[in-house]
Amino acid sequence: MGILVIFIQKAITQGIGILYGALGEIVTEKSGNLNLGVPGVMYMGGIAGLMGAFFYETNARTPNGAMGLAISFLCAFACSLLGGLIYSYLTISLRANQNVTGLALTTFGVGFGNFFGGSLSQLAGGVGQINVPVTGAAYGKIFPGLASMGPIGTIFFSYGFLTYLSIVLAVCLFWVLFRTRVGLNLRAVGESPATADAAGIPVTKYKYLATCLGSGLSGLGGLYFVMEYSGGTWTNNGFGDRGWLAIALVIFALWKPLNAVWGSILFGGLYILYLYIPGLGRSMQEIFKMLPYLVTILVLIVTSFRKKREYQPPAALGLPYFREER
Amino acid sequence: MGDHVDLALECRDVTKRFGKTLANDHVSLTVRKGEILSVLGENGSGKTTLMNMISGIYFPDAGQIFVDGAPVTIASPKDAFDLGIGMIHQHFKLVDVLTAAENIILGLPGKGRLNMPQIVKDIQALTGKYGFELDPNQKIYDMSVSQKQTVEIVKVLYRGARILILDEPTAVLTPQETDKLFAVLRNMRADGHSIIIITHKLQEVLAISDRVSVLRKGAYIGTVDTASATEGSLTEMMVGKKIDLNIDRPAPLEPRRRLSVRGVHLKNAEGRHLLRDVSFDLYGGEILGVAGIAGSGQKELLETIAGLSRAEDGSEILYYAPQTQPEAAAGAAKAQTPSPSEGAAADDADGTDGATAIPADAAASGDHTVPDGPGKAAGPTDAATPYGAASDGATAIPLTADGAAATDLRSLRPSDIRRLGVRLSFVPEDRLGMGLVGSMDLTDNMMLRGYHSGRGAFLDRRTPRDLALRIIDRLDVSTPGVTTPVRRLSGGNVQKVLVGREISSDPTVLMVAYPVRGLDINSSYTIYRLLNEQKQNGVAVLCVGEDLDVLLMLCDRILVLCGGEVSGVVDARSSTKEEIGLMMTGKVTQTA
Repeated sequence: MGILVIFIQKAITQGIGILYGALGEIVTEKSGNLNLGVPGVMYMGGIAGLMGAFFYETNARTPNGAMGLAISFLCAFACSLLGGLIYSYLTISLRANQNVTGLALTTFGVGFGNFFGGSLSQLAGGVGQINVPVTGAAYGKIFPGLASMGPIGTIFFSYGFLTYLSIVLAVCLFWVLFRTRVGLNLRAVGESPATADAAGIPVTKYKYLATCLGSGLSGLGGLYFVMEYSGGTWTNNGFGDRGWLAIALVIFALWKPLNAVWGSILFGGLYILYLYIPGLGRSMQEIFKMLPYLVTILVLIVTSFRKKREYQPPAALGLPYFREER
Repeated sequence: MGDHVDLALECRDVTKRFGKTLANDHVSLTVRKGEILSVLGENGSGKTTLMNMISGIYFPDAGQIFVDGAPVTIASPKDAFDLGIGMIHQHFKLVDVLTAAENIILGLPGKGRLNMPQIVKDIQALTGKYGFELDPNQKIYDMSVSQKQTVEIVKVLYRGARILILDEPTAVLTPQETDKLFAVLRNMRADGHSIIIITHKLQEVLAISDRVSVLRKGAYIGTVDTASATEGSLTEMMVGKKIDLNIDRPAPLEPRRRLSVRGVHLKNAEGRHLLRDVSFDLYGGEILGVAGIAGSGQKELLETIAGLSRAEDGSEILYYAPQTQPEAAAGAAKAQTPSPSEGAAADDADGTDGATAIPADAAASGDHTVPDGPGKAAGPTDAATPYGAASDGATAIPLTADGAAATDLRSLRPSDIRRLGVRLSFVPEDRLGMGLVGSMDLTDNMMLRGYHSGRGAFLDRRTPRDLALRIIDRLDVSTPGVTTPVRRLSGGNVQKVLVGREISSDPTVLMVAYPVRGLDINSSYTIYRLLNEQKQNGVAVLCVGEDLDVLLMLCDRILVLCGGEVSGVVDARSSTKEEIGLMMTGKVTQTA
């Protein structure tokens, strides 16, 4: 019982970072842009948040947790939004190949994170790890009374605010995408930009906004990982392949934000399952870490068999849009 | 200018130029309130350019457009929409995974939060008013072509359009659906809407419109009242000279069975039937038309015969090769007597069930379900060939036996089938998609079909170039030369090349799909002439077509498909469009 509660709690902790990445990518893909730069964008968000907090904490006389939180949040969001802007400009305005651009952005983002991570640790005195204790603590703050309410408290109330924000965000995104005019227009852009254009929807604007905001949201996944998951520390490549998991989660969730919520917890659970199975060698551990991807492939197979149009990716995903000029 | 008050739209001396070509040269056009105006013209006559200027896609170089008597500037589709002008394009602009209602309100301003029940109610009020049949909650991907068209029209009306432009709206409809559309358009006219219809089909112009405006080569020729116009007079205006609209239809000469298709089933990867129990015969020297609503299995049927799709086990596609020596054929004909034993013997020698299959086939395929009764249709029930009894009565049975061995095409690869002389020329919607490579020149495209015959490491470019030159010469293809990429040619010329290449190989069975898709009258008649030439050379021609009027004039018999099944084979000389239309929709099915 006790171990199960811990497992669920750890699964959620693992999952939230992936959830942010996936939510952002859902918004992006709904506009027809396949941004494979999400892993890089998450690195960018993480390091930018950390830098914001670091410079604030080293320069402020008495660092305030709430202030550090606000600064790092904004830095992370803005920096990953900038990553999305690079991608948008290349793919929407210059109509570069989306896959190539995305992969380049990932390579760039990971390097960006590791470079500034290394520089920061030199600034911090070369201890190898940078630490922003005040801001980290602010992110890790949990409901004090509720968290101690036995298993329920552990499962539901033992997280920092980014966790709850991600759930709220998922619900909001669902509502915007499927219940509002803006969402309808955005879905139309991703399905058939020519149709949307003919209907008077500013396709380029929608694509830019969705891709940049989506990137911003994805970047919060990096911030979550650095601040709440690692408590405000940076390790080069500490992030692992969580960015790719986020992209897999988008497919797993069938491009629906609410599916992404439970999907992220499932992915998180599968990702750490190896820790809870006794007697696994190193090689077996790696096989277990593969599980989320296996599940994604299963979903792909099942949905291909079901042939339901609603389960398919946006029809214009990955395709550049040229307004027909004859 | 006081007499202009009842005009909904007027174009005065509108001119548009694309590079060196003058697409519209001082075109003037008026549309009254509450009238249906047809705009008639051949391909490239500038109809679409003119409409695109009215709907804001192009901006005129010179001239003035008036709406409700006031001069206006239409710089974008949005401007047109604000002026109450709505265009229904030939290719629907709809999002498949959304519902009809969602498509209709797409891009409209309004409250951020969507109140779908209210929107659905508004749409239903609108559809009820004009008599549309539409379920606003249906997803587009579940809809037929005509339902999608309905969504497009309602979309434009919902946006408050008073002037509707329809670009070839009936090209994709059955006769019954066309009637329904016209009824709705008349309701809209009665409500004071102005409607402009662009079309090629003269009968429809006469049926629906109040006035007809004719364009030719970018110039405005004139406008006439429909009541005082005839098909002949309109064609003359359109082409500039008198044209004989009758398509030649020589009687089939010595028809011999070339293909015998029996019980063909075809399933797609999901196990859905694309073709179900399709049976028919195809004879040399005839043109067999294939009619059906778009997507009823026409393409699949041709591909199955050509070996590109594999029919289910139990299906049979037998090919009877022509005899090589004419003396042998004559000898066989002489030796033939109507004795059943001899027929059976010949069959045994062939190793097929040739002649004995004939009565069975008639029973199995039940070809005759023409509403007016079996008397109207000629077919294999009374004689071995549909023409047997009429052309030379006594030799009915020998004609089908043909003395040649039958080959089951199902066991062959596409290239082997081609070698037998079964040729497929398919003109897809985008014309280039199948058969020609747009960026390659004429010579290279000829080579695509002949590369199997090449030997050695180096290409032989001379033979294909000669072939290309021959086709250009014989079919009157207008192109700067053989090195021009096919994409640069106009649609009609591309099609001539495509059909010409297949004909050049002396086929025994020629299958063409939509050979005149999008062609103007002159080019269409060139293609008809080519098909008739082939027919008279004894080629068995299978022709999938869209325009029933043409099929009825060109073909000897028409096979009607409905949802992948044969709903009947009718005699094209004695059937009507309505009969075939009913069979296309499955309202009249086969009685087997």
